[in-house]
Amino acid sequence: MAHAPDTDVGLYRTVRLIRLFEERAVELVRSGDVVGGIHPYTGQEAIAAGVCAALRVDDVITSTHRGHGHVLAKGADPARVLAELAGRATGLNRGRGGSMHAADFGLGILGANAIVGANGAITAGAAWAARQEGGDRVAVSFFGDGAVNQGVLLEAMNLAALWRLPVLFVCENNGYATTLTVADAVAGTITGRGEAFGIPSVTVDGMDPRTVLDAAREAVDRARAGGGPSLVECLTYRFDAHHTWEHRARVRYRDDDEVRTGRERDPVVIQGARLTGEERERVDAEVRSTLDAAVAFALDSPHPDPAGALDHLYATGMRPRPGGGG
Amino acid sequence: MPWLSYRKALNRALGDELARDPAVFVLGEDVRVAVSNVTAGLFTRFGPDRVLDTPLSEQAFTGFATGAALSGRRPVIEFQIPALLYLAFEQIVDQAHKFSLMTGGQARVPVTYLVPGSGSKAGWAGQHSDHPYALFAHAGVKTVVPATPEDAYGLLTSAIRDDDPVVVFAPAAALEVRADLDHDGLAPVPLGVGRVHREGEDVTVVAVGHLVHDALAVAEELAGDVSVEVFDPRTVYPFDWDGLADSVARTGRLVVADDSNRTCGIAAEVLATAAERFDLLAPPVRVTRPDGTVVPFAPALDRAVQPDRARLAAAVRKAFEH
Ligand SMILES: Cc1ncc(C[n+]2csc(CCOP(=O)(O)OP(=O)(O)O)c2C)c(N)n1
Repeated sequence: MAHAPDTDVGLYRTVRLIRLFEERAVELVRSGDVVGGIHPYTGQEAIAAGVCAALRVDDVITSTHRGHGHVLAKGADPARVLAELAGRATGLNRGRGGSMHAADFGLGILGANAIVGANGAITAGAAWAARQEGGDRVAVSFFGDGAVNQGVLLEAMNLAALWRLPVLFVCENNGYATTLTVADAVAGTITGRGEAFGIPSVTVDGMDPRTVLDAAREAVDRARAGGGPSLVECLTYRFDAHHTWEHRARVRYRDDDEVRTGRERDPVVIQGARLTGEERERVDAEVRSTLDAAVAFALDSPHPDPAGALDHLYATGMRPRPGGGG
Repeated sequence: MPWLSYRKALNRALGDELARDPAVFVLGEDVRVAVSNVTAGLFTRFGPDRVLDTPLSEQAFTGFATGAALSGRRPVIEFQIPALLYLAFEQIVDQAHKFSLMTGGQARVPVTYLVPGSGSKAGWAGQHSDHPYALFAHAGVKTVVPATPEDAYGLLTSAIRDDDPVVVFAPAAALEVRADLDHDGLAPVPLGVGRVHREGEDVTVVAVGHLVHDALAVAEELAGDVSVEVFDPRTVYPFDWDGLADSVARTGRLVVADDSNRTCGIAAEVLATAAERFDLLAPPVRVTRPDGTVVPFAPALDRAVQPDRARLAAAVRKAFEH
């Protein structure tokens, strides 16, 4: 599976794939096949598609609790991602990571990360290591608007700017950190966070894959040329709940009008409009069959052996003492 | 033979590993001019790509090390004071340590966290005197507390070569310990293997870090009355349970000296494991800091909360005379 292509058809395919993946994943949450729920990426697909289309396979990304889109756009096999969500032995992480930790090191996916903002510092280290190796690889950190209030992310921006690291900070501003609005959380501006460290920072329409791609490409080119980090704030909208438990929790923080208006600018529709009807149908059919096969693969895959629950705890293979009791 | 101090042994281990493996690099606060002396000379020898002065950004540079390690490097972070580990706890325990399992074995995070000057340094008070190794052992992060110069060299070397995150606590009270050593004889010491510093027949004293030297002094003082075996686990996690079992099988009595806090400390774990596994002739005794200690400033108060030779000797007698 290649990383996201940068053609119009390619971008459409990526956003379509992510959308359908999330829809299928939500069905599997409802059926009980995915335990623990997911943070759906629906509505934000243009960002993963656009940014990853500006990357090479050997570039690296780190991601968040809402990471399926990034991981898929970077080229991970949807069947293995879905199997991971379902906790199967064939999953990307052998069923040890689940939705919030999906990683595929062979594709430069250093892992989704469930601690908001923590991946920013990891990305800086990965970017430094890539530069030490020579070549012009870059590292991308995806994070939400909630992360811009985390000290570790701001510390990481300082390091990246100070050491001119090839990092692209991508803020997905969907207006909410769980239920808290940006206006209630962010003093100043998000680009201001970057500017404070002398990092070139722009705000773009995060619903349009091509717009995101253009901004990402400029930043990636600068990083490859030794120009240091950039911050791209992508304005977007999360179409669904923060997490699939939200419906059960019955929390209300967005009114129906807002959600309806938000959903009007749909990246799948925006990018789809650049294709002929025939092209769209071809891609849609292809993506549908990919996901049908992925669901079948995930549900047919074996569950991991409980005897190996702590396999991989230590890279050196050290075995921990058992919990006792007998 | 030439004398080697503990501090210099750490310095040599860093220099040797930097020279041996180009993936190794050192980062931390003021490491270029080597304020702690542990990194002395390394910047001149290895240059700015191998010895990095960081801003005061513990969370970022600890996470940075994880990212570099995930990308094939072997970072060694020097922490200026032990309490900084609290700032970086998330990055070590929740990130670096968990990556291997959470990725299903795709990731290795060979980061070494070196803490020279851990524990009480008279006059440094509450926020500079913690010795938080039990926290890392509890979390399952490999945790090492060397007592002697040759073990400081050997364990730091092994920590750097280990494919997992390892925290190396160099107790402040051990940094000036010197040993008459053949420098060419310095070698890696495997993690998880304890060391019997002195053989004895009546009581096994498990001592962690600099307390090994106190235990040896107490053993000497009691010699004639009580024959004390001094067991140094060297690595508190993984702990050399088999080595300790052998020792206790010989002596039948157990005392633990550990200058972390009492509740959920290493001594607590040793006593619990002893209760499960060992046949003891007398109840085991521990000498630790009090529960929840915040080290008070005045030297006499600071000393009052540390395990000392008098308390250790009393503990040994208690175990022996039971
Ligand atoms: C450091 C941290 N604090 C709190 C949480 C709990 N939490 C998980 S997601 C989330 C909201 C994150 O908001 P944002 O960064 O805007 O991303 P979004 O969910 O909108 O994609 C919170 C508070 C966490 N995982 N990590």
